[in-house]
Amino acid sequence: MSWLRRHPALSVFIMMLAVVVAGMWLLPVKPVLLWTDALVYLLIITLVSFFTYVRSREHLLSPWRQVVRRPLAAMAMVVLAAYVSVGLLDSIHFRKALPLQDGATQVDYSVEVLSLLDVLAGPLRKQLEKTYSAPLAAHLFTKELVEQADGSIIRGYPRLEYGGRHLRDPAAQRTADILQRAALALGQGLLLWLVLSSLWLAWLARRHHCSFPDFTRQMIVGQTQIPWRVILATLGVLVLLLMIILQLGVAYHLLGTDKVGNDVLYLSIKSIRTGLVIGTLTTLIMLPFAVLLGIMAGHFRGWVDDVIQYIYTTLNSIPGVLLIAAAILSVDLFISNNQALFETVVERADIRLLFLCIILGITSWTGLCRLLRGETLKLRELDYIQAATAFGVSNAKIISRHILPNVMHIVLISVVLDFSGLVLAEAVLSYVGVGVDPSMASWGNMINSARLEMAREPVVWWSLVAAFWFMFILVLAANVFSDAVRDAFDPRVSG
Amino acid sequence: MLAYIVRRSLYAIPILIGVNLLTFWLFFVVNSPDDMARMQLGQKRVTPEAIEKWKAERGYDKPLLFNSEAPGLASLTHTIFFEKSVRLFVFDFGSADDGRDIAHDIQQRMFPSLALAIPVFLVGLLLNISIALIIAFFRATYIDHMGVILSVMLMSISALFYIIGGQFLVSKLLHLVPISGYEGGWSAIKFLILPVLVGVVGGIGAGTRWYRTIFLEEINKDYVRTARAKGLAERVVLFKHVLKNAMIPILTGVVVTIPLLFMGSLITESFFGIPGLGSYTIDAIRAQDFAIVRSMVFLGSVLYILGLLLTDLSYTLVDPRVRLS
Repeated sequence: MSWLRRHPALSVFIMMLAVVVAGMWLLPVKPVLLWTDALVYLLIITLVSFFTYVRSREHLLSPWRQVVRRPLAAMAMVVLAAYVSVGLLDSIHFRKALPLQDGATQVDYSVEVLSLLDVLAGPLRKQLEKTYSAPLAAHLFTKELVEQADGSIIRGYPRLEYGGRHLRDPAAQRTADILQRAALALGQGLLLWLVLSSLWLAWLARRHHCSFPDFTRQMIVGQTQIPWRVILATLGVLVLLLMIILQLGVAYHLLGTDKVGNDVLYLSIKSIRTGLVIGTLTTLIMLPFAVLLGIMAGHFRGWVDDVIQYIYTTLNSIPGVLLIAAAILSVDLFISNNQALFETVVERADIRLLFLCIILGITSWTGLCRLLRGETLKLRELDYIQAATAFGVSNAKIISRHILPNVMHIVLISVVLDFSGLVLAEAVLSYVGVGVDPSMASWGNMINSARLEMAREPVVWWSLVAAFWFMFILVLAANVFSDAVRDAFDPRVSG
Repeated sequence: MLAYIVRRSLYAIPILIGVNLLTFWLFFVVNSPDDMARMQLGQKRVTPEAIEKWKAERGYDKPLLFNSEAPGLASLTHTIFFEKSVRLFVFDFGSADDGRDIAHDIQQRMFPSLALAIPVFLVGLLLNISIALIIAFFRATYIDHMGVILSVMLMSISALFYIIGGQFLVSKLLHLVPISGYEGGWSAIKFLILPVLVGVVGGIGAGTRWYRTIFLEEINKDYVRTARAKGLAERVVLFKHVLKNAMIPILTGVVVTIPLLFMGSLITESFFGIPGLGSYTIDAIRAQDFAIVRSMVFLGSVLYILGLLLTDLSYTLVDPRVRLS
């Protein structure tokens, strides 16, 4: 097991996987492997093996070093990592066993598919109100007939079932209670952050053969090569947010509730997986086609080139949204005619998400394909490939040995650049009505319903604002990260 | 030149055939007309007679590709493929599921679409290029860094937020213009100001960044160094030499989109209630009216190919080295 010791990240990953598998096996649950889950796992395995491959090769590692050393990019990576961990927690699905009926030997499973995140966010998920309530409110947002203590009935704002339930007199106690909880969260967050970051610093100091105080001082003045100062500060903010959610989110609805009383914070967090899946799986699905066809067109030229160019010009000429709409309408029809294939609502929504990724992939692979074709056309005239051809090296080997490694930077840049665009596209498509299933939590669906809420008087703003910030931070982090990746990998761009 | 245009137009034919086959496959093979009828009439308790009637009214009752009952050439023409797909080549769009003539609808709706799309395009183009030039003028300074960060932030916001935010701020809080709606003639202006503004502001982030990259790539070329060496002011270098040479990459990206302006903007039009082709398409998608969607796909492809042709022609205008042959 010496290779495990050499790759701590991989061993941690395997350990986590083992714990999850063991947990699923021991607890009374039935694991559910959704299609997108399987692809997410495939993506993770690909990424982990890619990075273990890169780690041992200095020439591949150095551009990544350059990325990590940029403070803004490092900050973006921490934020992205936080989003990805939420997304991963939300990608482990199972169905709970129902209590055994008398005399029954067969265990039945609930039709509700839960994820690990749902279990962790238990109170957020279960605390349903009747309808809208403002962030941190103790009363409903709309007036209803309320029975008073003396039996009379008046029209007023009824108390929430869960939000601020522990308060006896919300009007007097609420502000103080919120402040007290926020202060507590602040204290706990700081403490947790201090413990975490000093542990991390101690480990780093040992690795750098440096004393702990020395390393800390270097970090604070910003002399370390990797900007640990920025990374730890970002981590601090994230820890603080987590503590605020733990303290305030459980006792109140931190971001209010939506029309049917769902907690908006919970919806926003659940939407993270949808956004990430669309941003990453789309590229994963289209990548093999784009790379293979692009390189083939450039390498073989002649009729192969003509055919491939014809295919992508044809696909490109159809307006993207319309092609997606046409395909999704067909998928809808297929799903509604084959209801029996899907055991649960979640599985049905998942198939639609998968198809959305495939169709988005089909409409978006053409750009990368054209870039790769152009680059391959240039590469194949270079001396070393001419020499390989002269030596009689087979086409397959020339492509895999000589061309593919030299166009990988283009592939990488375009994958990272596409991500943010795809997350934004999801919102627009869901608005048009050809996005993810309406039953699935997504920022697009949140914005879509917020459109009517903004027309209300007084305005229900919290859903929209929540979707805005969750989405903005993810897309901004992705954009900043992709800028850094492009600068590091693209030899043309400098400065 | 004329020969070139003719030849390029002939190239368009196989592509349009491809588009047509693809949409035919999506709409008639993946899902049969029976499925379509069942969806339009409601999923449950639909009698076979009702489905047949629905299909007959819309001409979906014929065979897909080959009609063995019809004599001679009619065995190929009395089919869904000929009636619904091949007819598109002469811009015969047929009628929508509710019986309205699609070609007439398109003629009616293209003017509001253009009234919105052309100002957004022109103002956006001018504004983005000017901002990018200013940023390029101050390159590698504080202004440049701030400009880049700001444009990355602007492009990280979904277009939907610009629209909802604009409607809320300008119409609901300040009561400057109506939230949505449309009227013909000059009174359309008060309905168009806000959508145009939103469209322009929403495009600043991505546009500015893109043009800045183009200008910075040009700035590192030899002719710029020569121009500076002979003592030209930085202002002249940038606005005269760099801007002119940057027109080639700018045209590549911009001219393709000009014919597509005709298709209108999907979300802006539907949010602001402008009766253009964009909202027409969205309504058709929502009502699952495949006849309209199919027509718009074909129209979009024709316009895209037209855009490619225009791009090639525009090169001859800005770059005397380019000869079309």
